[in-house]
Amino acid sequence: MTVTDTPFAGGIVGEARLRKEDPALLTGEAKFIDDLDLPGALWVACVRSPHAHARIDGVDTSGALAVDGVVAAYSGEDLADTWVAPLPCAWPVTDDMKNPSHFPVAQGKANYAGDIVAVVVATSRYAAADGLEGVVVDYEPLDAVVSVEDAESDRVVIHEDLGTNVSYEWPLIPDPEGVDAAFEAATHHITETYVHQRLIPAPMEPRGVAVVPAPHNGDMTLYSSTQIPHVLKVMAALTLGVPEQKLRVIAPSVGGGFGCKLNVYAEEILCMALAQRHGVPVRWTESRTEAAGSTIQGRAQRQTIELAADADGKLTAVRATLLADMGAYLQLVAPGVPLLGAFLYHGLYDVPLYAFTCKSVFTNLTPTDAYRGAGRPEATYAIERGMDALAVAVGVGADEIRSRNFIPTEKFPYDSPAGLVFDSGNYQPALDRAKELIGWDARMAEQAERRAAGSTTHLGLGISTYVEMCGLAPSRVLASLNYGAGGWESATVRILPTCKVQVVTGATPHGQGHETCWSMIVADRLGVDPDDVEVLHSDTAISPLGMDTYGSRSLSVGGTAIWMATEKVVEKAATIAAHMLEANPEDLELMGGVFSVKGSPDAEVPLAGVAFAAFTAHDLPDGVEPNLQAQVTWDPPNFTFPFGAHIAVVEIDEVTGAVDLVDYAACDDCGNQINPMIVEGQIQGGIVQGVAQALWEEAVYDEDGQCRSANLADYLVPSAAECIDMKLDHTVTPSPTNPMGVKGIGEAGTIASTPAVMNAVVDALRPLGVTGMAMPASPMTVRRAIEAAGGGAS
Amino acid sequence: MEVSVTVNGEVRTADVEPRTLLAHFLRDDLGLTGTNIGCDTSSCGACTVLVNGRSAKSCTMLAVQADGAEVTTIEGLAGENGLHPMQEAFHECHALQCGYCTPGMVMAAVSLVDEYSDLDADGVREGLEGNLCRCTGYQNIVKAVMAASE
Repeated sequence: MTVTDTPFAGGIVGEARLRKEDPALLTGEAKFIDDLDLPGALWVACVRSPHAHARIDGVDTSGALAVDGVVAAYSGEDLADTWVAPLPCAWPVTDDMKNPSHFPVAQGKANYAGDIVAVVVATSRYAAADGLEGVVVDYEPLDAVVSVEDAESDRVVIHEDLGTNVSYEWPLIPDPEGVDAAFEAATHHITETYVHQRLIPAPMEPRGVAVVPAPHNGDMTLYSSTQIPHVLKVMAALTLGVPEQKLRVIAPSVGGGFGCKLNVYAEEILCMALAQRHGVPVRWTESRTEAAGSTIQGRAQRQTIELAADADGKLTAVRATLLADMGAYLQLVAPGVPLLGAFLYHGLYDVPLYAFTCKSVFTNLTPTDAYRGAGRPEATYAIERGMDALAVAVGVGADEIRSRNFIPTEKFPYDSPAGLVFDSGNYQPALDRAKELIGWDARMAEQAERRAAGSTTHLGLGISTYVEMCGLAPSRVLASLNYGAGGWESATVRILPTCKVQVVTGATPHGQGHETCWSMIVADRLGVDPDDVEVLHSDTAISPLGMDTYGSRSLSVGGTAIWMATEKVVEKAATIAAHMLEANPEDLELMGGVFSVKGSPDAEVPLAGVAFAAFTAHDLPDGVEPNLQAQVTWDPPNFTFPFGAHIAVVEIDEVTGAVDLVDYAACDDCGNQINPMIVEGQIQGGIVQGVAQALWEEAVYDEDGQCRSANLADYLVPSAAECIDMKLDHTVTPSPTNPMGVKGIGEAGTIASTPAVMNAVVDALRPLGVTGMAMPASPMTVRRAIEAAGGGAS
Repeated sequence: MEVSVTVNGEVRTADVEPRTLLAHFLRDDLGLTGTNIGCDTSSCGACTVLVNGRSAKSCTMLAVQADGAEVTTIEGLAGENGLHPMQEAFHECHALQCGYCTPGMVMAAVSLVDEYSDLDADGVREGLEGNLCRCTGYQNIVKAVMAASE
């Protein structure tokens, strides 16, 4: 493995620098979508199907029109001629994938509770809500399909024209005979089945849309609380037939996304159509309860993992089989979410043989799509739960089974059995450090003491080690997976005449701290104050090229583009500086904001002088254009592969089934860090989001397809009271795939923490005969598992 | 109905529908959009403001109920000398990421620290139970509130 030294010499990168985003957010100055002041805007409210599956025999909007303030109301049929194309799914993973037509307003049939069947336009948000009551829809309820098993059976075919509920099957089996032979020869054959419950992403800011048209010249500005203004622009133009050059998309301050704002939604296209039709601004803000039916949900799959291992517990093959719930329609990248995990069901273990198959089905539930980690939490969960089962079968510790199977450091870059090349890794030190942080030996001794004493308060320790593929993505790899776009990112670096700097990026932040980090990268290289670097983003008129933010890509792809654009600007500035100093550009170095001739410290010119000279253009070298600006589009050659080890400690009351998270430690490796404070913040928040899947959160649906946990009173997003302080550290194994040696950290915590906690829960209850546990491990679920295993105290 | 509320030290009067929520009155009638709305069940606390000095979720009150009251929103917290110590502590401790819950979280924390003089970390966690944050995992929020309470 090649470990590059840090490429940063300016003393700024690597500092825990406080965020420049904070003052606006701390004072109410920041403008989120609902904060926009749009005089004369009409408000939109959506009539949503209360039934999960129903024929629509008629829509009568006349009652709405009688309500004060209501300007118009439309059924799906009223708007049918408006759409040039259905809502987009950009990831047709197989050539024969079944994809039902999905329009912003349903016609004829509603396919989930939340499907829009009519829309009301009014002069205020209150009047629009009043108007909803006036719309009468004649429904004929149909049997609803709410489980993946029922869906797969085709008992009820949801989209009759497709003839089946199966959208696609996607296999990745490089050597089928080899895998079969490995399982036949295995000493240990572990088979485990797990269910990833549906999760509601629940960023604290609900979604919202506002569209400002210019009816006479045809311009249109779409504001949306989105992670993807650039992708949205292309897709909205295609869906509505608006000329792309006339469309500007702006993501204002965005209050979290976690993947659920990585989409093209009905309300975005609908508001554009209504703004066109009415010739005035139109807006919609989602309510929290509405979000259960208007915003995608995450996870939702059943997975079976099989491990073949020899007598020592050394893995010889891994086979994973998924049944994934797409919901009622295919949203933007939903079919590809299982594929993002498809390559990682062997985790960070050295396994020669591998098989993966995913079948995805439609149900009468809210559509699913990417949620923090997207495919990789699912893969990590399966292999990490499975490794604990293997450890028990072999009779070794959860730490030892992992150490025996880690990809050895000397094997990097590692050709994975699924066909990837892992860039760099050094796994054992991360596990050792996590064990040290948690006090592994002392905790194990404490567990043994409690068990010996017959305590009914059980202590459990759970390990999860992980590797993820980040930095989405090399465009050629995306092509091989049938993805409908590239994975590059664009950046422009511009040094202004007064030596202040503008950075334009196609990455779109929604809480990550990009402005702070990107300014640090550029300031470090140029030798200017980070406060003198302004980062411009999230507006397609300012930043016309971009692929936006998801898949832990912003730094390793977008940041690399910024790094390279900075180098290009420095190169040009060096040419001008050399001309001013009558030296060769190759002999110059830029340190601390000053160009000097190597070995001749007196021959120097400040970058500020070069910037002004580039602006006046009075005396530039022949062939050199005025101004200091460079644009770079970077297409990464490979993914990056962050990794780490997390350990959870839980206490379980055998009588009540209540699980308390009592300690948590993690050692993560995301390569070189730009700002360790921000890295740590991402890990902390990510861990809690993953713990929440293990212990608290579930989108609960009843047999009729009604969401019983649609609001934040019923859906248990954790509060500070349930959470604890976490013990964090890191190792640094730079990625050789990009010049900064960075990997990405936005999803790591969520990927690692769910299996760590669930392994701890099962570990705690193993003396009672418990060998498995469904998520979330609520008191009732835990009690039932204890009773099923033979009792325990009561 | 006419309501008259002293908001951030200034008397503000408006004619509102009786059903208007205090949160909407602040945001839509007075233009004070720093008070965010994150749910519809009074669960998330994003809309927390101070009413007569104590934290209140402004989505659980009607504007008319605030008639005659003194209301402080996030816009009224920073003074002539810059950020309020609680805002400063949130900045110093990296206690915010997307920032959407932040105004409500800060207002709840100001009220909590004002109410309890001997807060420990567990007390902060219990005291902020009605304010949800999806980004930070709360560790840095607790650190910030503890720092500001000292």
